[in-house]
Amino acid sequence: MAVAAGRPTERQQPENPLTAGLERQPVPPTSMVIFGATGDLARRKLLPAIYNLAHDGALPERFYLVGVARKEKDHEDYRRECEEAIDRFSRRKPDPDVLKALLENVRYVPGTFDEASVYETLGGQLGAFEKEAGEPLNRAFYLSTAPEFFPVIVDKLGESKLAHDEHAEVRLIVEKPFGTSLEEARELNRKILSVFEETQVYRIDHYLGKETVQNLLALRFANGMFEPLWNRNYIDYVQITAAEDIGIGTRAEYYDKAGALRDLIQNHMMQLLCQVAMEPPVNFNAEEVRNEKVKVLEAIPAPTADEVGEMAVRGQYGPGHSGGDDVVGYLEEEGVPNDSNTETYAALRLEVDNWRWAGVPFYLRTGKRLARKVTEIAVTLKPVPHLAFSQEGSLGVQPNQLVLTVQPNEGVSLRIGAKIPGTRMIIRPVNMEFLYGTSFLSQSPEAYERLLTDVMRGDPTLFTRNDEVEGQWRICDPIVKKWEATPGPLPKYEAGSQGPAEAEALLRSGDSWRAI
Amino acid sequence: MARTDSLWSEQGTTPDAIEAALRQLLIEAHAEREEVVPARVLNMIVFVDLDWTGEIANRLRGVGRYHASRLVVLAYEPKRERLDARVSVSTDDPAAPGEVALLRETVVVELGDKHLDDLATITDPLVVTDLPTLLWSPHGHPEIIDELLPLAQAVLVDSVEEPDYEEALERAAALSERAYVVDLAWLRSTPWRERVAAMFDPPWLRPELRLFSSVTVRHHPASTVAAGLLVGWLASRLDWKPARLIPAGGELSGKAHASRQDVAVRLQTAPELHVPGLQGLTIETAAGHRLRLDRGPGGLRARFSAPREGDREWTIPGASRGETGVLGEGIRQALLRDPTYLPALEDARTLLA
Repeated sequence: MAVAAGRPTERQQPENPLTAGLERQPVPPTSMVIFGATGDLARRKLLPAIYNLAHDGALPERFYLVGVARKEKDHEDYRRECEEAIDRFSRRKPDPDVLKALLENVRYVPGTFDEASVYETLGGQLGAFEKEAGEPLNRAFYLSTAPEFFPVIVDKLGESKLAHDEHAEVRLIVEKPFGTSLEEARELNRKILSVFEETQVYRIDHYLGKETVQNLLALRFANGMFEPLWNRNYIDYVQITAAEDIGIGTRAEYYDKAGALRDLIQNHMMQLLCQVAMEPPVNFNAEEVRNEKVKVLEAIPAPTADEVGEMAVRGQYGPGHSGGDDVVGYLEEEGVPNDSNTETYAALRLEVDNWRWAGVPFYLRTGKRLARKVTEIAVTLKPVPHLAFSQEGSLGVQPNQLVLTVQPNEGVSLRIGAKIPGTRMIIRPVNMEFLYGTSFLSQSPEAYERLLTDVMRGDPTLFTRNDEVEGQWRICDPIVKKWEATPGPLPKYEAGSQGPAEAEALLRSGDSWRAI
Repeated sequence: MARTDSLWSEQGTTPDAIEAALRQLLIEAHAEREEVVPARVLNMIVFVDLDWTGEIANRLRGVGRYHASRLVVLAYEPKRERLDARVSVSTDDPAAPGEVALLRETVVVELGDKHLDDLATITDPLVVTDLPTLLWSPHGHPEIIDELLPLAQAVLVDSVEEPDYEEALERAAALSERAYVVDLAWLRSTPWRERVAAMFDPPWLRPELRLFSSVTVRHHPASTVAAGLLVGWLASRLDWKPARLIPAGGELSGKAHASRQDVAVRLQTAPELHVPGLQGLTIETAAGHRLRLDRGPGGLRARFSAPREGDREWTIPGASRGETGVLGEGIRQALLRDPTYLPALEDARTLLA
């Protein structure tokens, strides 16, 4: 492109002295392309996130957006749809002037994802943006489509020479699910990496964009008091819970194919486990952090088919009560086959076989229609070696437990033993509570605002690398396969309950599930 | 909209009684509604003339979630003999089911001349120990700031509010030696600093940072300090040696010396601007690039021209923060540290000496 000829690259230039001290660092000029631009994710999350970045003045100086989807419509129609989606789903009421300024640079390209003409039009549009801007623009292609279109779009981007640009960065953002099995994940990685370099690929796990999840690393590595205890010598077991009180709603088509293990454990919960178990990285750059997470995944043995029954439990909710209302069971939900064997609850017991964690069980559980909505990590310490206090007349001395709540009410709670006021030395457990919300003035940005900014800035720290995805699948795949091969009916649990009683069997003697 | 949950007041009161009332109100609020918990972020002490208490309360109400967790308003009425106080605890919007609601505490103490000698001992018991404390006296009273500064880690000033900009900068510099200064005049320049930094960030434009040949800043007639701080920031970041600007033809102009060339500096008033702060800026480089940024609907209007390329004009989206937004940002900044303010202030003092 003429405007870019002879222009130096990032590496050839000294640092920009004007960025020192700025909270909001410059974001390179970018054209973003959303494939699946009229879908739910784009409407509910991506467009509102982009608007909120615009509202905060956090978009690049030059930002253009192209929506690509099958439906025939013109630019103006699409802008109107964007406006409606932003108005409905934005976390703040849109400012009409800001919205207008944003929408001026929005275009729409209709067509099916396998049509070469779509990519020709797209390439022409991206070129027109660069001409208008007078400078090369980075490109971010967001795959917000059904997963079966990922390989098609990647292929076409490659064929149409849109996957690389001599003068600008080209990035590919891939939404979950990243495959439904290890084999599929590997195949998808092979396909993507045949067209793009790994450094161009940003696999979204939106959990990693949540402030609360990032706080986990701050808690561990910015405080001296936890790390000395953070090992097998002091920690008895770790429990990670992602419980929801709602059912599947209108997501039957997706959920019945996915199930609880693929929906939450294979990605989000494995990431939480990695953050709890990883070694301190040398620094917080993307490669160092992701290297440490991969080491954790490599230390978790994948179960054999015979071992699955001992380390994994599944269940399906039946009718029950939620929020004071009668609710139907999973098989009665709209769109769910009445003989479905899809699990709505999954619990695992995993071991991390390394020097730090050998012998410490990591319990993971997730489910729909459980007693309440909570995502938390509970770290239970070993009991004190000798009890000098009477246990009589009290709840007794219980092991310390550190609970990191991800949502709702993000915070940290430490269970400690304290003396009950009175003449006798009787101990009962009490909680020291810290709530993040009480200590900061700022509002956390939506996960997608953070993640989209990171993509445009080229920071992949909060995205999943290919070996991480495959590492997660290596552990979960045998369980998926065993469950698929084992006919139902599945263990049932009442909606609004703690989950199936069978989950108790996963626990070591003396361990217990925390009440949801 | 904040909802006031509990109130207490007493005439002829003491700091101990106020502090005890605060504790009791918090206990009662939590007992009544388990989901409410006290916010513990920041103390803010505001010294204000009694007649202006309402106006300041309105400004602080507008800052929304940036409201300090404990606000202590010292409402001054010279001839007042008695110490009166009102305490309120309030929550933000109702909490969603299962979530907590944050309680914010406001203490208004009405006092007079006779209390000023012991002001620190009246105020000290009212702030939450171990929380950072921000001090603000929006209508002058520098002697009060000096008196209360030992209780605070940060002091809020608005240099554009001072009648004499040279004195305003001297005062900010003097305060900086004793506490962290959050200057609203500086914060008004934040979006402009972000944009200039970003505009020249692409690798092919970064060399132009060393080639700036002129900078013109257009500002509200009373916001010379904000313009001076913006140029001071450029000077300190780009290693210019600034020199005093001379008034001429309704503007201040002069030169700063960069390593390769002199930079012409002009601060021009923009009478059309009705709010404090900046209206626009223009930067030219020795290589022929020109950037002009101006306030516009929906964001900053940018015009950029480069040699052998035509002019380009577009809007960089961004919502105006308004004066309450700037104040809220000032309160939030009390918890942060900006290492670029002091060097910018030093160079602004030279420019506006």
